Amino acid sequence: MRNTIKAFILAIAAMLAACAKHSTDSELLIRIGSAAPLTGPQSHLGKDNDNGVRMAADDLNVKGIVIGEKKAKVVILSEDDQADPRTATIVAQKFVDEEVAGVIGHFNSGTSIPASRIYSDAGIPQISPSATATSYTHQGFKTTFRVVTNDNQQGHALAVFATRVAKRIAIIDDSTAYGRGIADRFEQDVKSMGANVVAHEYTNDHATDFTAILTSIKGKQPDLLFYGGMDAQAGPMMRQLRNLGLNVLFLGADGSKSPEFIRLAGGAAEGAYASAPGIPLESMPGGRDFEKRFTAKYGKIQLYSPYSYDATMAMVAAMEKAGSIDPSVYLPYLAKSDYSGVTGKISFDRNGDILKGAVTIFQVKDGNWKAVSTL
Amino acid sequence: MEIFLQQLVNGIVLGSIYALVALGYTLVYGILGLINFAHGDIVMIGAMVTLAVVHFLSGTGLPGPALVGIGVLVAAIVCMALGYLVERIAYRPLRDAPRLAPLITAIGVSILLQNLAMMIWGREYLSFPPLFQSGSFTFSGVSISPIQILILFASGAMMGALSWMVKRTRLGNAMRATAQHPEVATLLGVDSNLIISITFVIGSALAAVAGTMVGAYYGIAHYDMGFMLGLKAFTAAVLGGIGNIEGAMLGGILLGVIESMGAGYLGALTGGVFGSNYQDVFAFFVLILVLVFRPSGLLGEQVGERP
Repeated sequence: MRNTIKAFILAIAAMLAACAKHSTDSELLIRIGSAAPLTGPQSHLGKDNDNGVRMAADDLNVKGIVIGEKKAKVVILSEDDQADPRTATIVAQKFVDEEVAGVIGHFNSGTSIPASRIYSDAGIPQISPSATATSYTHQGFKTTFRVVTNDNQQGHALAVFATRVAKRIAIIDDSTAYGRGIADRFEQDVKSMGANVVAHEYTNDHATDFTAILTSIKGKQPDLLFYGGMDAQAGPMMRQLRNLGLNVLFLGADGSKSPEFIRLAGGAAEGAYASAPGIPLESMPGGRDFEKRFTAKYGKIQLYSPYSYDATMAMVAAMEKAGSIDPSVYLPYLAKSDYSGVTGKISFDRNGDILKGAVTIFQVKDGNWKAVSTL
Repeated sequence: MEIFLQQLVNGIVLGSIYALVALGYTLVYGILGLINFAHGDIVMIGAMVTLAVVHFLSGTGLPGPALVGIGVLVAAIVCMALGYLVERIAYRPLRDAPRLAPLITAIGVSILLQNLAMMIWGREYLSFPPLFQSGSFTFSGVSISPIQILILFASGAMMGALSWMVKRTRLGNAMRATAQHPEVATLLGVDSNLIISITFVIGSALAAVAGTMVGAYYGIAHYDMGFMLGLKAFTAAVLGGIGNIEGAMLGGILLGVIESMGAGYLGALTGGVFGSNYQDVFAFFVLILVLVFRPSGLLGEQVGERP
């Protein structure tokens, strides 16, 4: 009896060994980490990013990739960083321990920045499809990249737009790395362009009640209210703004520019402005086709899935060029990337910021975001 | 001046919601000496149930206020049943245990309810459809929206009814007797178990209404919305003197006004050193001040330790 069991175990072990050998021989596995908040108030945006990465992987696997004359297959490892800086470092460490070839993420600036040090120490390239805080790529790390316009560029474009339509400006931010960063930059730029900043108030990224600060702002009689923060706050804020009878222009940054904002604001969203890095989907070289295929597979595009798609594609393209999935070998090729993606050309400056990043201002018309102007 | 009045109106509306929730804490504390930390989550369940009912009925073409009316009715029934169950299952078996035990159980129930809500309704922010006409009435520069008026009237009416019930009815008499001395009340023919159950049920009904108000007012419901709200309402109850019904009402409204004024004027008063982000800090600062000078709260009486 014992012998039978022994033989059985041996047979299984032999089979497993054969399998393992088989896969390394014929197929190279490119393991790419995808980090975003998959639960919590920003999960709809996080899942959107993750779906973009997954769609890129599926497309690559269908097309077939060859790296150094070996057939390769992309495998995506998704992790939930809960939009929380501490969880993000745990996720980053996990990716390093699993020896992934590269990371697409994180979604937020507040998570991308602490995680970037861990990836940099391990030499793993990281492309964020959506972290816009300027400092993310300005830490002197060779491994940090992003495919969206940063907050300096975006804050500046927002200021140009705001000063065109308003003279007296009020600002609220959500005290996060992203919200505060973009609001401060916006404030600095509108001041230098000659507008009057009448108030700068603060809330947090879990708040639901803004009536008190909105009332206080009402007393300062602004023409325009800028909010630096996410849609989960911007939506209810918009609703309360209108209930207070405050008829000012509302301008948000990319965190507010989502279908979720329109849903949470109810009817009050109409007429609101928000910016988004890059160019509108319909002006992207591959925008229409991407939208059709993405919508069929995962539903409505929230925000950054075209960017997470391109980030994944650019990363794998660099591997193909380098003929290796070893981070130290393909990193120089990634830095010199000239991949033509759905969103446009993916090339980086020496910090890892996207070259020639544009910013587009959108407005809610008939319950949908419509592009107004590209700056 | 207009802005001051506007902040006052905002504060009173917010405060009357706090007051409704605070009543739930104070009723239970008055009778059992227990701080029912799960109360905030009953409020959350109330909001969630109303929202679910509103979504379910939204295709029928009923007007918004009618939808909310039906929603709040269903929510009240669900919350009352829940309040009864929580008391029966989690607190009654611990009636004679050391005081710390039911307190910890209460925190456990709170976490349980949050997770339950998370499993049923998910982790996303849920949006209340705009049920009331938007826009607002303006009286000499102060605007007040229909929903704010509704909140003021509904909470005022409920508080009035509760006061009347506790002071003037046989049930209220029995409640006060149980609060003063449960055993003697039992000797005099009061079924104290029943009275305690009724107290929980009443508190939960108020919670359901408050939850609906919060959801409809801010347009948002979320599984952990009850936590901070519960904490604030508990603060309000302590501010007014926990165990005292008028105290809870006063404390709630006061806390709402303090918060509103704090957010509105803190920046200007401190020359920009403390901004509106300190609004919560300000509210708790006032609480600490009150407790230092009047440990039993504004309307609380100094009472001897219960035998």
